Amino acid sequence: MSEIDLSVNVGSLKLKNPIMLASGTVGYGNEISEFIDLSQVGAIITKSISLKPRKGNPPQRITETPSGMLNAIGLTNVGVEEFIKTKIPFLEKLNSTLICNIAASSIEEYVECVEILDSQESIKGFEINVSCPNVREGGLIFGNDINMVGKITKKVRAKTSKPLIIKLSPNTSNIFEFAKVVKKEDGDAVSAINTLVGTSFNIYTRKPKIKNITGGLSGPAIKPVALAKVLEISRNVDIPIIGIGGIMDWNDVVEFMIVGASAVQLGTVNFINPKASIEIIDGLINFCKQTSLNKISDLISSRILE
Amino acid sequence: MFIEDFKIYSNIKIAENTFVIGVESNQKVDDLKPGQFFNIQVSENYFPLLRRPFSISDVQGNKIFFMYKIVGEGTQILSQKKIDEKINLLGPLGNSFNLQDDFENLILIGGGIGIAPFPFMIKQIPNKNYKVLFGVRTKIEAHNFGLKNVLYSSEDGTIGIKGNVIDLLDEELKNLEFEKTKIFACGPNAMFRALQKYLSDKNILCEVSMESAMACGFGICQGCPTEHKNSDSYKLICKDGPIFNIRDIVI
Repeated sequence: MSEIDLSVNVGSLKLKNPIMLASGTVGYGNEISEFIDLSQVGAIITKSISLKPRKGNPPQRITETPSGMLNAIGLTNVGVEEFIKTKIPFLEKLNSTLICNIAASSIEEYVECVEILDSQESIKGFEINVSCPNVREGGLIFGNDINMVGKITKKVRAKTSKPLIIKLSPNTSNIFEFAKVVKKEDGDAVSAINTLVGTSFNIYTRKPKIKNITGGLSGPAIKPVALAKVLEISRNVDIPIIGIGGIMDWNDVVEFMIVGASAVQLGTVNFINPKASIEIIDGLINFCKQTSLNKISDLISSRILE
Repeated sequence: MFIEDFKIYSNIKIAENTFVIGVESNQKVDDLKPGQFFNIQVSENYFPLLRRPFSISDVQGNKIFFMYKIVGEGTQILSQKKIDEKINLLGPLGNSFNLQDDFENLILIGGGIGIAPFPFMIKQIPNKNYKVLFGVRTKIEAHNFGLKNVLYSSEDGTIGIKGNVIDLLDEELKNLEFEKTKIFACGPNAMFRALQKYLSDKNILCEVSMESAMACGFGICQGCPTEHKNSDSYKLICKDGPIFNIRDIVI
């Protein structure tokens, strides 16, 4: 049998395989690189970078829920300047496709961040976080406002010719309308989904288990929701989709691709098994061999709905 | 750091809801330091989802031992594990106790399951005298796991003094020279708060091993921050800790 071709295109972004590591679950690459060779994965997406450093939310920041976890980290990051100075040199050495995730409290801040980072050769694309549920300014307020998502896409697009991905929130009805706006304003792709807003209380103290009261739900618990959102976008908008939500193994990746994802991002699983991405890539090769599939990209939107 | 399946060598109940699990590797386990921990996957099917952090309690050749208390479904599952079953370990994680200071008297304070890291620690300093002050709720939770010179405090007075472990410490320190004493403590934050307050007017070294909910254990989830007096940003309990100087942390 011929060599399996795992490569996929996400708009103008070319990936050696569809496995990306999600923002916020790979840090700045250094910790997880102790477990795996990051050049093996399709891409890594840095934790959200904002213009100025952010300390993040006070503890307790995470709690476990059935088949999921709630987090309210609050976009802890070193800020753009420090990122360029101390993090990029290490990330460059990884020889991995590097996507930079940007978070901001205003349109101007998104634009300024992208403007500063665009000249960094090692950054191959941007993912714009308009959907973090754990910060007061920006975050979901932007992600729920279709005009704002359109404006952010348009303004950032004007500042970079690199692939531009908008990370959409599931905490809204009609997610496909947001994808439509992204396409209209020349975004290359959407990633779906960010975490779902959730909460959890201690029944004895009657207090919330995380200090922020609500947090973002991730893990296997959200996979069916994420699949439905990817399907919704795929059926209504002709734009590449990066599927995210509760992917734990290669079966999940195949499911997301069949439903409409061109690539996927692994998130929570990186915490539990930092080698998961490499194991998943092996699993995909075996699946392709088993099913006589030469190109994994043939899976994309190959769903049969009747 | 490694991720590896270990075979369960033993899993023994030593007190009410308290167990010690021993796991065995094919290779010798080197470079483990007292105070470090492993993040253990208690279930292969991702239910419960997250790994559980456990301090290294003892190391014997290629075997590592962890003391744990049943507090939820993860530790409940762990307590039912049988000999020869496999279990996945991620680690060793975190920093370690500083045993290099000039001290002669060693006081080890444990609250709840807090004495867990001390047996391994004591092995590294066999010539030092130590006392263990162990705070429990009631007698059936008390044990010593091979430690000598264990004094107890209990909430209900059924073992040792009635009261908390700080009351016990107050009694002990009356007989010691502070300059040559170092305290190591492991337990809940409420105990650290009381200890921090108690030590605030005393010139005595104290390191604490902090607990926290965490997802990854090695710094990527950012889920276990703690305020630090000498830093504008949070420190991570998993990576910058779990051992901190009690004077540096904001509890």
